[in-house]
Amino acid sequence: MTNENLIHYIHGIADNSMILGQRISELCGHGPNLETDIALTNIALDLIGQTRSYYQYVAELSPKDITEDDVAFLRKEREYKNVLLVEQPNTDFAYVIVRQYFFDVFHYLLLKELEKSKNVNFQAIAKKSLKEVSYHKRFSGDWLKRLGDGTEESKQKTQQAVNDLWVFTDELFHMTKDDQVVADAGFGVDNSTLKSEYYTMVKSLLEECKLLIPEVEYFQKGGKKGIHSEHMGYILSDMQFMQRTYPDMKW
Amino acid sequence: MSHTEKKIFNADQTRSLEQMFDAKIARDEKIEPKDWMPEKYRKTHIRQISQHAHSEIVGMLPEANWISRAPSLRRKVALLAKVQDEAGHGLYLYSACETLGISREELYEQLHSGKAKYSSIFNYPTLTWADMGAIGWLVDGAAIINQVPLCSTSFGPYARAMVRVCKEESFHQRQGYEIMMTLCNGTQEQKDMAQDALNRWWWPALMMLGPTDEQSTHTEQSMIWKLKRKTNDELRQQFIDQTVPQADIIGLNIPDSDLKYNNETGHYDFGEIDWEEFWQVVKGHGMCNKERISARKNAWDNGEWVRDAALAYAEKQAESQDAKQAV
Repeated sequence: MTNENLIHYIHGIADNSMILGQRISELCGHGPNLETDIALTNIALDLIGQTRSYYQYVAELSPKDITEDDVAFLRKEREYKNVLLVEQPNTDFAYVIVRQYFFDVFHYLLLKELEKSKNVNFQAIAKKSLKEVSYHKRFSGDWLKRLGDGTEESKQKTQQAVNDLWVFTDELFHMTKDDQVVADAGFGVDNSTLKSEYYTMVKSLLEECKLLIPEVEYFQKGGKKGIHSEHMGYILSDMQFMQRTYPDMKW
Repeated sequence: MSHTEKKIFNADQTRSLEQMFDAKIARDEKIEPKDWMPEKYRKTHIRQISQHAHSEIVGMLPEANWISRAPSLRRKVALLAKVQDEAGHGLYLYSACETLGISREELYEQLHSGKAKYSSIFNYPTLTWADMGAIGWLVDGAAIINQVPLCSTSFGPYARAMVRVCKEESFHQRQGYEIMMTLCNGTQEQKDMAQDALNRWWWPALMMLGPTDEQSTHTEQSMIWKLKRKTNDELRQQFIDQTVPQADIIGLNIPDSDLKYNNETGHYDFGEIDWEEFWQVVKGHGMCNKERISARKNAWDNGEWVRDAALAYAEKQAESQDAKQAV
């Protein structure tokens, strides 16, 4: 296993937190009520905080003299390895919650395994993040229940979000070559082993919420290989605006 | 007596209650929500506390405008946390206001309809990253000067909320100044960005301390109720005296050619404030008045189905709980 394998593996995990954190932070100040606004901002803060730990580690591993900000802001779109799910837009609150729950369950299962990594950095980051992500999962799960089993309108909107976002769930378990190398070395997690527990958990909550589990013929994929949706360019043009317009400055 | 119980007092009783009330405030004791209070006191406090709460949540918007574009991860996290703090301030100020017998929905309705005001400074646009520094340094700086005296105001829930608000605001102010300092230690382009932000925010920040004493309508009664300890002009002078040396340290120029230290008074003399601009923005003609209110209104209106769902779900849960207990 080379440092390069490891760096690519970390991108695969950290870019999910980065891009989802960025997406949720777009909602700050626009939540359906103050309490939810504060809670979602908290989740964005946790995710970006986790991202920093991972990117700082990438900067350490890199042969170049780089910082966490170079990793966050100066890559090309193809070099971001987040899954398509996390870049999906904040269409409405149902999409926000369903996207969050679909990601949180995966994130939780991933971190529980990553905590057992042979790599001490991964152990430490996973241990700290797991506490935060357990809360995220509870928050999004509780809201999913409220929306799914609330009013007729909320049920419809939530079912729509579930139907539209379900196609992005399978990619969470895809393994790149780097992922496999790092997993084989006992540093990383083999995501494919999380799949069955993931779907058991998600399906059980959807049933409890009286929501239907979509049947799809084909799952979307690409983000993990750097082939993103059209949304990604806009996310990055916002995120990288300062760094691209004013290169090489300290802020 | 709870404020929701309408007890009728005769004129003598009311007079005596008022005397007790005034004496209590004079002794520096707190008025609590369940205490008797004159109707005017209640109304004035609803107006001021809600205006303050509205300012916090409308004030989230100009800064939230830069979260997605923050130039480093550290700055992004700090800005998110700052805007989140403001939501928190809004939350406890609304809660303090609700103890006076008005609901949050009614308060929002007053904001959305334009009946209630919020600090006019938030109707100015945030155009560059340096505005995040200028807002923290100047707007939070002016807010602290306005708000520190409120930590010992007469209405208990407001005073207690303000203790916490002020602690956080002073952190925000330092954070804003630190953004400006970093820019001033940076490239010429960054320094220009900082100067440009100061040029745009300086005068609106002075206006934040309120109209001149001659123009201010509420000052006298507010002094008695300890909603105010100093007049607007005194506060403004304090803000200027405090801020000018801070600008000097980082090498920025205050955009006022009349600004000069007066050795006799020990204060800075300063130029004429454009009060016409102030009143125009108060009346709704600022660059962002419409956007700010429509952003708040959209968030609230688009969130209605969410709040309805939460309520319906809670009711279903309560029913099933009742049913279980009945068995």
